[in-house]
Amino acid sequence: MQDMGIEVLFQGRNFVRLLEGLWVTVRISVFSVIVSTLLGIILGMIMTMKNPLLRIITRCYLEFVRIMPQLVLLFLVYFGLTKMFRINLSGEISAIIVFVIWGTAEMGDLVRGALTSIPVHQYESGKALGLTTVQNYCYVIIPQTIRRLLPQAINLVTRMIKTTSLIVLIGVVEVVKVGQQIIEASRLTSPSAAVWVYGVIFFLYFIVCYPISILSKRLEVKWRN
Amino acid sequence: MEELSEMKTPGETLVEIKNLNKKFDDTSVLKDISLDIHQGEVVVLLGPSGCGKSTLLRCINGLEKIQGGEIILEGEKLNEQTKRMHLIRQKIGMVFQSYDLFPHMTVLENIILGPRKAEKRAKKEVVKEAEELLQRVGLLDKKNAYPRQLSGGQKQRVAIVRALCMHPKIMLFDEVTAALDPEMVREVLDVMLKLAKDGMTMVIVTHEMQFAKAVADRIIFLDNGIIVEESDPQTFFTNPSTDRAKQFLNLFEFDAI
Repeated sequence: MQDMGIEVLFQGRNFVRLLEGLWVTVRISVFSVIVSTLLGIILGMIMTMKNPLLRIITRCYLEFVRIMPQLVLLFLVYFGLTKMFRINLSGEISAIIVFVIWGTAEMGDLVRGALTSIPVHQYESGKALGLTTVQNYCYVIIPQTIRRLLPQAINLVTRMIKTTSLIVLIGVVEVVKVGQQIIEASRLTSPSAAVWVYGVIFFLYFIVCYPISILSKRLEVKWRN
Repeated sequence: MEELSEMKTPGETLVEIKNLNKKFDDTSVLKDISLDIHQGEVVVLLGPSGCGKSTLLRCINGLEKIQGGEIILEGEKLNEQTKRMHLIRQKIGMVFQSYDLFPHMTVLENIILGPRKAEKRAKKEVVKEAEELLQRVGLLDKKNAYPRQLSGGQKQRVAIVRALCMHPKIMLFDEVTAALDPEMVREVLDVMLKLAKDGMTMVIVTHEMQFAKAVADRIIFLDNGIIVEESDPQTFFTNPSTDRAKQFLNLFEFDAI
């Protein structure tokens, strides 16, 4: 009988191992996304300030992180730090550091864009109502900023989740790596396992990312009405 | 028309502006302006674009930093960037040219935000008042609508209600009909006329001359950052004393071809 390769998924702990790999992916992503969102909001607010020195510093940071491929950043942190400063970080910690550096820069720029797109008269009418600066931000500016930010922020989050597949290259065993291991182990017994394993990985990424875009669509619709 | 243009007996002084100077970088926009606004008075600021009338209005609400002089509201100086500025602003209602409703809130939420958060009043009481005010401007049925579902004129009426719900001592109107279609202008001006009749102290910047004539107790004509002429509307529109004002008023007249 022709070998279908699908049974590889159900051999031993293979499927559970894939899920464990997914958990590593999700764990790194969720942590990085949360931290970069918080830091990104702060960075975005700093970027709207008029101080020229702060502007130059944040601009340089943003451009540096944007120009640099994420893989190079990963190597810089994982191998570079060890070589230069004898700091030995685990792959997972390095990955989180890189994703936070990257996510903060991107999120900061999105927040800056959203904040500056709020018309001046929105700030002024809040003030004219006698709201304090804090109240003005809480009730008038930030709710509008979040609404403008949401589509791009969700896009960034899914990009971050997908980019975690790069961390295979610094030795973190996440979902893609587990898949490769399974394929390698069964290369002789079922050569067509790769299709099935990568198919499952595709599906796993999908079930992580799809609910996020559904949520964002829901919120967009809700806020439009 | 006649009874409105009669000079009212001036109430006590509500806003005192003394030697106000305002610059944008090196350009002087307001030069040594002194002006008293009395309780219950309707002052209309007229003048060509860029003469400083909107800036003057914004200074009264502390939205602009001033470079000299002082503005005093009920004995309290407001040109210092004090921590109390938001408290002073609660006494001043302002409506802007651009529709300035908060797009993420319904009409009712827009109106009760200030009273609820800035003044910390009870929700029930504020909602009741908001509904009464909406009724008065004929928009009660729109209370749960979002700003983008309203026409320009409706938005401005809501903006007026939002300012009124704070029980301001004085209302400032900054070219509130300038961005409106002609048919919408009337409904907004009617609301303002009603307010004036009810004795609200108002400072109005407008380009609607007929309206200015009808609503004003006093016309202030500004040009180039100084008060060129100050008189009652009757005198101003029929017999202006300065050439500059005559020139300005002529802009609104058309000769037959």
